[in-house]
Amino acid sequence: MPERIKHAPLDGKTIRQPKAEIHLIKDQCKGCGYCIEFCPKKVFEESNEINARGVRPPKIIDESKCLLCSFCTAVCPDFAIYVVERKNEEKNKT
Amino acid sequence: MVETVVQHPFWKYLRSAMIPHIWCPGCGNGIVLNCFVHALDELQTDLDKLVVVSGIGCIGRTAGYTNTDSFHTTHGRALAFASGVKLANPDLEVVVVSGDGDLFAIGGNHFIHAARRNMGIKVICANNFNYGMTGGQQGPTTPLESLTTTSPYGNIEHPFNLVHLAAASGAVYVARWTALHVRRLTQSIKKALQKEGFCFIEVITPCPEIFGRYNKMRSGLEMMDWFKRASSVESFSDPAKAEITPNRIVVGEFVDIEKLSYEKLLHEKISQINEKAMEKVK
Amino acid sequence: MSGKRALLTGAHFLNGDVACAEGAIAAGCRFFAGYPITPATEIAEHLSQRMPEFGGIYIQMEDEIASMAAVIGASYAGLKAMTATSGPGFSLMQENIGLAVMTEAPCVVVDIMRGGPSTGQPTLPGQQDVMQAKYGSHGDYGIIALSPCSVQEMFNLTVEAFNLSETYRLPVLLMGDEIVGHMWEKVVIPPADQIKRVNRKKPNVPREQYAPFMPDDDLVPPMACFGEGYHFHASGLTHDENGYPRTSSSAAQTKLVRRLCEKINGNADKIVKVEQVMLDDADIVVVAYGIVARAALSAVRKARAAGIKAGLLRLITLWPFPEKQVATIAKNVKGIVMPEMNCGQLVREVERAAKQTPVAFLSKLGEDPHTPMEILEVIRRSC
Repeated sequence: MPERIKHAPLDGKTIRQPKAEIHLIKDQCKGCGYCIEFCPKKVFEESNEINARGVRPPKIIDESKCLLCSFCTAVCPDFAIYVVERKNEEKNKT
Repeated sequence: MVETVVQHPFWKYLRSAMIPHIWCPGCGNGIVLNCFVHALDELQTDLDKLVVVSGIGCIGRTAGYTNTDSFHTTHGRALAFASGVKLANPDLEVVVVSGDGDLFAIGGNHFIHAARRNMGIKVICANNFNYGMTGGQQGPTTPLESLTTTSPYGNIEHPFNLVHLAAASGAVYVARWTALHVRRLTQSIKKALQKEGFCFIEVITPCPEIFGRYNKMRSGLEMMDWFKRASSVESFSDPAKAEITPNRIVVGEFVDIEKLSYEKLLHEKISQINEKAMEKVK
Repeated sequence: MSGKRALLTGAHFLNGDVACAEGAIAAGCRFFAGYPITPATEIAEHLSQRMPEFGGIYIQMEDEIASMAAVIGASYAGLKAMTATSGPGFSLMQENIGLAVMTEAPCVVVDIMRGGPSTGQPTLPGQQDVMQAKYGSHGDYGIIALSPCSVQEMFNLTVEAFNLSETYRLPVLLMGDEIVGHMWEKVVIPPADQIKRVNRKKPNVPREQYAPFMPDDDLVPPMACFGEGYHFHASGLTHDENGYPRTSSSAAQTKLVRRLCEKINGNADKIVKVEQVMLDDADIVVVAYGIVARAALSAVRKARAAGIKAGLLRLITLWPFPEKQVATIAKNVKGIVMPEMNCGQLVREVERAAKQTPVAFLSKLGEDPHTPMEILEVIRRSC
């Protein structure tokens, strides 16, 4: 991999990376596992709890890793998960 | 800070009384519905002017889940019904969401004629290779050698190549994606909704509980894995060669042409005839 | 004959099919989807020319199944819609007639009956589809079927059929036969403002409160159409008032199916029409419908001339069956004669309603309806 790609983005200090807010509608999940499998940053894993449908919904491992790609939102067949940009009160801080 | 209950951003497109839907865990129909409402959201489609028509089958339940005028027709007749709607009110956006059996077995005749006429109907076909709702019988798209409840010794019928059929019948926009290609599917649906004429989008969807289970793909993830492994995006390649095999699923947009739609042609003609008739009265 | 965007007001010499087509236009029909079939093809051909003159839509679909589906679609999109066929096409349409009944879609289906079964005799008459009119589609439901006996009635009853379909929200069947369809007679068409047109009830509640299958007291739900912003769902599955499928509920099935039957049968008094000729003092009454009623009238007149007190009960409405009228008359007569161009269909209903009064059935198949002499012979034997 070329050297230049390994470094941080040149505008990394001025552009604020959006933070993700992941919403799991746990009781609507049917446990298909698509969000867990296809998340590019592996933000989810199967939880140990059983929801109202008798399956294990996903659990967020580390929300800060989420890129807001929204693939989980798009691929969920049950409208049980969606990601929005976290509306930060401390907007002016970088 | 006021805490507001945040709802799924697409909630307004769904009939909340009917959610959760009846589809199995991992069923691709949910993804088709998701991509469809996503496309509606991106286009900010006027929901008052949208009519969703579906046939019989698991995917046929879609009409009951969208918060729009919708109609659940008899098996195979969604396109004929939709033709009546579109001609009666060409300002309506008419979308047919149906399955491989409904559209191409019993509905095959209506499909080729609606495409031939270039009716301004957008068709989204969820192809799961069998008749899921009735328990997993073989259908016109079941791959050779597949096991289904009515082909217990392996299917000996050659399946349709749906994109080839749609292109040959005269559709102006033909695309095939799998349920994994959520972005491209959404973009295709958006394109179809903005295009004049008969548009056909085939979505290869997992049916994990039935087709998948009978054919060594016991979970939705295994079928999605097949899509990931085997898909090859070959837009505008020859639809006749767009095969679906265990090792290769050719996806992409195959046809994107301009052709005057039937309802436009008909209504133009009616205006002409009407004007002539009015003149004679004067 | 065509070329003017106006009703054919005035007196004309037309054939029955054309009169039916003109009746549709007069009633406000602006959508026709059909498929060619003898002896109903002329309706399609005439409408292919006339519909566009009124800004209406004519489309020849790929088969009769598609025709019926398209008619329901157009009806739900707000237009008065019609299709026309004969026996074989009528059989094909049955599933979607059931869909129209289940989704309460106003429309008109014309069946110009011919010799059956199967391909039969396309150019010769029959009355072999009358039971099919009531029981043709699977499931239990109420239906309205009308029987014209003249070219004038082909016009009048087509208008009536549309009005009934809009009033009761269902497909209304016009059961003509090949003779009434193909014969030429004088028709008087009134000016447009003298033709009564009924339109479907529209919702009178705000959008959020609208339930597409919530009936009013007359058992008929007000009907919104696509594109009016009501976002309603309609389905051929057993459904609740909101149109949502209720496929596991006995209560929903009971409620819906009984209402679909009662909607028609309970309103029979308002729907049923018959013509009574010389019945006040009759000893023998001939019950007939369609082209056969013309011969029956002649037979009744001949009988009277021969001193027999005969009368005619002409059924204009075949379904709901005019039970009350037949039962009342049966009580006061010695015998009933019923000629039909089939092997015995509506006569069973007559027998049921007539109870103890003997019914002599006269069957005829083929090219000609019964001659007045044939019917007179049976009247004589019934005395």
